[in-house]
Amino acid sequence: MPHFTKPEAGSWTENYPELGTSPVNYEDSIDPAYYEAEKEAIFKRTWLNVGRVEQVPKVGSYFTKELAVADTSLVIVRGKDKEIRAFHNVCRHRGNKLVWNDYPGEEVKGTCRQFTCKYHAWRYSLDGDLTFVQQEKEFFDLDKADYGLKLVRCEVWEGFIFVNLDPEAQPLKEYLGEFAKGLEGYPFHEMTEVFTYKAEIGSNWKLFIDAFAEFYHAPVLHMKQAVKDEADKLFNVGYEALHYEIHSPHSMISSWGGMSPPKDLTIVKPIERALRSGLFGPWEAPDIEGLDNLPTGLNPGRHRAWGNDSFEFFPNMTLLIWKPGWYLTYHYWPTAVDRHLFEANLYFVPAKTARERLKQELAAVTFKEYALQDGNTLEATQTMLKSRVVTEFPLCDQELLLRHLHKTVADYVKEHTDAAQ
Amino acid sequence: MLPSEFAALEPFSEWILESERDRYSKRLASSMEEMQSFYDAAFPLLEQASDHLDKFPLSELPEQERNLLLLMFSLVNVSFPVEVWKQARVPDSGAAYMDLVVEPKV
Ligand code: FES
Ligand SMILES: [Fe+2]
Repeated sequence: MPHFTKPEAGSWTENYPELGTSPVNYEDSIDPAYYEAEKEAIFKRTWLNVGRVEQVPKVGSYFTKELAVADTSLVIVRGKDKEIRAFHNVCRHRGNKLVWNDYPGEEVKGTCRQFTCKYHAWRYSLDGDLTFVQQEKEFFDLDKADYGLKLVRCEVWEGFIFVNLDPEAQPLKEYLGEFAKGLEGYPFHEMTEVFTYKAEIGSNWKLFIDAFAEFYHAPVLHMKQAVKDEADKLFNVGYEALHYEIHSPHSMISSWGGMSPPKDLTIVKPIERALRSGLFGPWEAPDIEGLDNLPTGLNPGRHRAWGNDSFEFFPNMTLLIWKPGWYLTYHYWPTAVDRHLFEANLYFVPAKTARERLKQELAAVTFKEYALQDGNTLEATQTMLKSRVVTEFPLCDQELLLRHLHKTVADYVKEHTDAAQ
Repeated sequence: MLPSEFAALEPFSEWILESERDRYSKRLASSMEEMQSFYDAAFPLLEQASDHLDKFPLSELPEQERNLLLLMFSLVNVSFPVEVWKQARVPDSGAAYMDLVVEPKV
């Protein structure tokens, strides 16, 4: 018996008939040619979130973003006019990487008045104009106006900076659609205290999204995280979401939040009881505006047991908002068919007291303990998918978002290949 | 190194560490006995430490108080092996790693 009502169609999956219910083929996560197709069809054409406005607080603040999956590196900078722009990180003289420190592959950040190339000292303004050429007279009819940095589409939604390598792409807000509209007004700008985790994972990028887009695995893989009695109970009950919704290419899952605070304090670890915090974050919300009247896009099922909503913004951004007033983002940056860089950011309202800070520390440390288990599992999955001993995998109703992700990727790849023929 | 009320924790001052990376490494390098005795001494003082630290603005903690907070961060880190794992490593995490590259300053 389901604990929460399913749609009239009978299941969440059948509520979206275009997804079907048959087993899913995972060739898309092991075939190197498919990976090349994804680069062209998806990562060079969709809006990618590369950071937040707080990372470029003042004129001249910049950071670089390595986009192996789009075969480029970008520099994101706040210009003299306060606008945030993105440029390909390449010098127009002989193609040296413009902004980097000792190691060309490593991302950097800082503040400057202009960009100077290490190779022959060509200089560019914060707006990307070429302003100085060393021994300019040695060149032939060189018009500096023709050699500015290559601009990349860059737009901001609710403080999140997105780029798109396709100049023809539709505007960001239109692309993000319903879900983004429903989240507008959430006090993201108050949650400026950040914990950033990074890891290199030996799996296809989609497999990590799969792991965070379903909680069906949680009572099993993460069983030992809970105290014994609670773990047994969770295992027997299993997992059901409150609500699922798809506005293709994006999707979301809405979940309960019984652990913040738990009804029965004996079910949580002593440290959680002492600090009143844990995986679900500090149990009490911070004292800021904007949390009492949540935007309409949150808790779409209008459930009393609501605890969090997790949005999958296609292709590679997860935005997870917790009821007690903090949020997380995950990014999955592919580097090869069987590798990707995983980045998780936890955002809190800055702690005013040590006690608040300790609660955040517990939430952040707990996140890592879980994520290590997830990451390790993925490498095991990748190697066995690669064996191709089994090629078709059944997905349950709680794995709806995975079904949707793999189908969306396939649709993008197909549309792009068809158009090229 | 610590405020006088917390003198009982002085023997564990090697757990006063600046970053999560340091705290997690020390956890991996410690035996269960070492972590258990640190936990047994520190956990009962967590509430008192929070009360004490909350008398100061977080951004202006005096040095001894800051040490106490860092020590409590370590307590949070070792609570996992002590309360649930019974080992320093996260079970089922194999060779996976996760680096905390940005954390709020204290
Ligand atoms: S390559 Fe940049 S100045 Fe020559
Ligand atoms: Fe998980």
